[in-house]
Amino acid sequence: MQTEKQSISLTKKILQAISDASLIPFLAILTAVVLGGIIIYFVGGNPLLAYRGLLEGAFGSTKALSETAVWATPYIFAGLAVALAFKGGLFNIGAEGQLAVGAVFSALIGYALPEWLGFDLPTIIHLPLAILVGMLMGGLWAGIVGWLKAYTGGHEVINTIMMNYIALNTTSFLLNGIMKDRSPTNVIARTPLIAESARMPAIFDGLRVHWGFILALLVAFFIWWLLNKTTLGFEIRTVGLNPDAAQYAGINVKRTIILTMALSGMLAGLAGSIEVTGLNYRHELGFSIGYGYDAIAIALLGKSHPLGIVLAAFLFAAMRNGASRMQFLTQLPVDLISMIQALILLFVAADAIIRYIYRIKAKGERVVLTRGWGG
Amino acid sequence: MSEPKIVLEAKGVTKQFPGVLANDNVDFDLRKGEIHALLGENGAGKSTLMNLIYGLHHPDKGEIFVNGKHIAIHSPNDSIAAGIGMVHQHFMLIPVFTVAENVMLGDETTKRGSLDRVAVAAKINKISKQYGLDVDANALVGPLPVGIQQRVEIVKTLYRNAEIVILDEPTAVLTPQEAEDLFRIMRDLTARGVSIIFITHKLKEVLAVADRITVMRAGRVINTVKPSETDSAQLANMMVGRQVILTVNKKDHEAAEEILKVEGLSVRDQRDLETVHNVSFTVRGGEVLGIAGVQGNGQTELSEALTGLRSPTSGKVTIGGKDLTGKPPRIITEAGLAHIPEDRQRHGLVLSYTVADNMALCDYYQIPFSVRGVIQPKALDENSRKLISAYDVRTPSPFVNAGKLSGGNQQKVIVARELSRGNVKLVVANQPTRGLDVGSIEYIHSEIIKMRDRGVAVLLISAELDEIMALSDRIAVMYRGQIVAIVDSKKTTREQLGLWMAGAHVEPA
Repeated sequence: MQTEKQSISLTKKILQAISDASLIPFLAILTAVVLGGIIIYFVGGNPLLAYRGLLEGAFGSTKALSETAVWATPYIFAGLAVALAFKGGLFNIGAEGQLAVGAVFSALIGYALPEWLGFDLPTIIHLPLAILVGMLMGGLWAGIVGWLKAYTGGHEVINTIMMNYIALNTTSFLLNGIMKDRSPTNVIARTPLIAESARMPAIFDGLRVHWGFILALLVAFFIWWLLNKTTLGFEIRTVGLNPDAAQYAGINVKRTIILTMALSGMLAGLAGSIEVTGLNYRHELGFSIGYGYDAIAIALLGKSHPLGIVLAAFLFAAMRNGASRMQFLTQLPVDLISMIQALILLFVAADAIIRYIYRIKAKGERVVLTRGWGG
Repeated sequence: MSEPKIVLEAKGVTKQFPGVLANDNVDFDLRKGEIHALLGENGAGKSTLMNLIYGLHHPDKGEIFVNGKHIAIHSPNDSIAAGIGMVHQHFMLIPVFTVAENVMLGDETTKRGSLDRVAVAAKINKISKQYGLDVDANALVGPLPVGIQQRVEIVKTLYRNAEIVILDEPTAVLTPQEAEDLFRIMRDLTARGVSIIFITHKLKEVLAVADRITVMRAGRVINTVKPSETDSAQLANMMVGRQVILTVNKKDHEAAEEILKVEGLSVRDQRDLETVHNVSFTVRGGEVLGIAGVQGNGQTELSEALTGLRSPTSGKVTIGGKDLTGKPPRIITEAGLAHIPEDRQRHGLVLSYTVADNMALCDYYQIPFSVRGVIQPKALDENSRKLISAYDVRTPSPFVNAGKLSGGNQQKVIVARELSRGNVKLVVANQPTRGLDVGSIEYIHSEIIKMRDRGVAVLLISAELDEIMALSDRIAVMYRGQIVAIVDSKKTTREQLGLWMAGAHVEPA
């Protein structure tokens, strides 16, 4: 009896924790949608029609659903990347660059490896290899920033931004040069198509949603497990919350910082690899459209919790995907969506506004996402 | 002669926090020109009562009167306007600002749009002279000694015309001499009509300085007494609710083989200054070696070098015959070190982790807490329940965040974790009872002596001479990074130790 009671109260506690954690993001979304509606009204649009369009565009058909999932996939990977770094007390602004590195290397393995070897590889080897190499290179790219932080004290915010410039410009150089698609009709900075054996199959015939989406959900679960159930996760969280106590407890703080950054980069690299192997079958300059930056917003909205990130990624994906239907129905510009997203983020970041509007009392501790300069 | 008028009164104040009734129908009054000590253990509700008066919290029930008038205090601005000033235990000063800039912060005096430093400095110097505070308005705050920084905080309240000053654990950060100076200042202030609420848990200070003493326990006022009508033992009983042993009972020690051996150790601090010079000593199993000294004489760096938090520049450290010089903390811990760190919130705990997680903070990676890299929540849970009951940690459950516990219970979490480890050969306890209440101090002292009696070597570093003298078998005195004397604790006196601590050259008797 006692244990039954305990398990009931534990379930209750977990539900309570979930509703506590999601309350502010939920109200932030609600407020942003209402405010967005008012703005739509004042620029001469019909808010209800606009939101109907948004919902139809995102969820109104199997094709719409499939496209929302396609959008959500890189958002989940990149959101997890930023969130994992947050948990370790690091602010990874470099997901965009790590994503590009992952995409370039996956594309390279995808189109060039059979040529180098002189024979075709089976999918079971070629596809995982392409993904793995992209992922590891993303990790290496971010790991450099982790090493700089651990051994020189160089701040990761500055260094990830710098590494973004290096990654994006080097990618541009490669895609215009030695990696350029040499087919006679091509004028775009892009790689050749990757081999069939490096392509991820679609889940359903005729829809673009691919197995990378399922992989994203699995990886989200894996990251939750890693952070909360393993000794490595304990080390990452301890270093993130209190590096002095981590050192006292015998945790190798420098190693953990490098590892956290590398894992974060691997997740961002995966975002790029999966886009190449699952969707575009090549890497093309400018394909990312700021996934790496939206990822920061997604990590914040999802409160750095893997489940929160999956939900936030879906929200962002639905808004991006539904925008064109909204534009078709109301002739409102797609940019309106960016504005609503910005409002959501504003309300999540400045949650005092939401607490004031809805009269919610703050609960004791503040969530510290990352430490300040020189932390 | 009539009683002096009452300047501040709290009537029936009640404040409920989740899970704790922090103040239960509390009545408290302060008369003009008196020092009213508020005595109680950590978590007794002293700070809550003061936060209610100062406007940092709002009472659920009850009223507060200033000079007989009921006032509603919604924020510190209201209480400051009512003439109440508070000096917090942790100072609210900006080190790179001057005294004058710190004092005017939030209440800046300007002349044609720019800060009028001259007028402010003049006012500060006037206040300083009037109350014998001896504070220079133009000095930078950062380099000032702690005792003077505290006076800057007092000046801040007087500058805002406070007639009621709340001092929250003011002596916790002071040397005995600085504390004496503070008491003199407190008497000067009351002689000029300022009324003082003095929050503390130190019995001697209360008896020395207070006009009236109110004792709180578990959110309630137990009694209000005059120092002339009471003594330490009675006050301690009221605080703790039971008989308290104020001295430590210990058997004669039977020192065994050498456990810790330190040879010619030198250590540099983060500014790259050598703060420990060529220090050598040994600690045997079954004895407590106390390191006495005024804070800041290299004790912090010495303990960091012994526990692996800092690499020494030269010298050798062996524990149980194993050379562990400059090894990382994990290696030293695995060799048998239990470390009660100087700053429990910075090094000893992750405040947003649960008690259960904190109790496995150093052993989380070992069986039974982890199996093949996966944390075993059940093992963490069982371990914490065992330690919570064995070490009398007062917590609603093992899943409460350590940050929610009182200071004494936070320290007990650390003590339980460190001393319960199976292989402990050496305990390094740095300021193990700083800022704690009588009950917790008594408990932690008895645990340290228990370890000694089990044959463990104990290195005790403390700035409290009473603590050093009560627990140590031998005492080493540290001054400017050197050990200037090592003596048998039975063959020395407070006075002699005090002289060594002050740097006087006295040959050991």
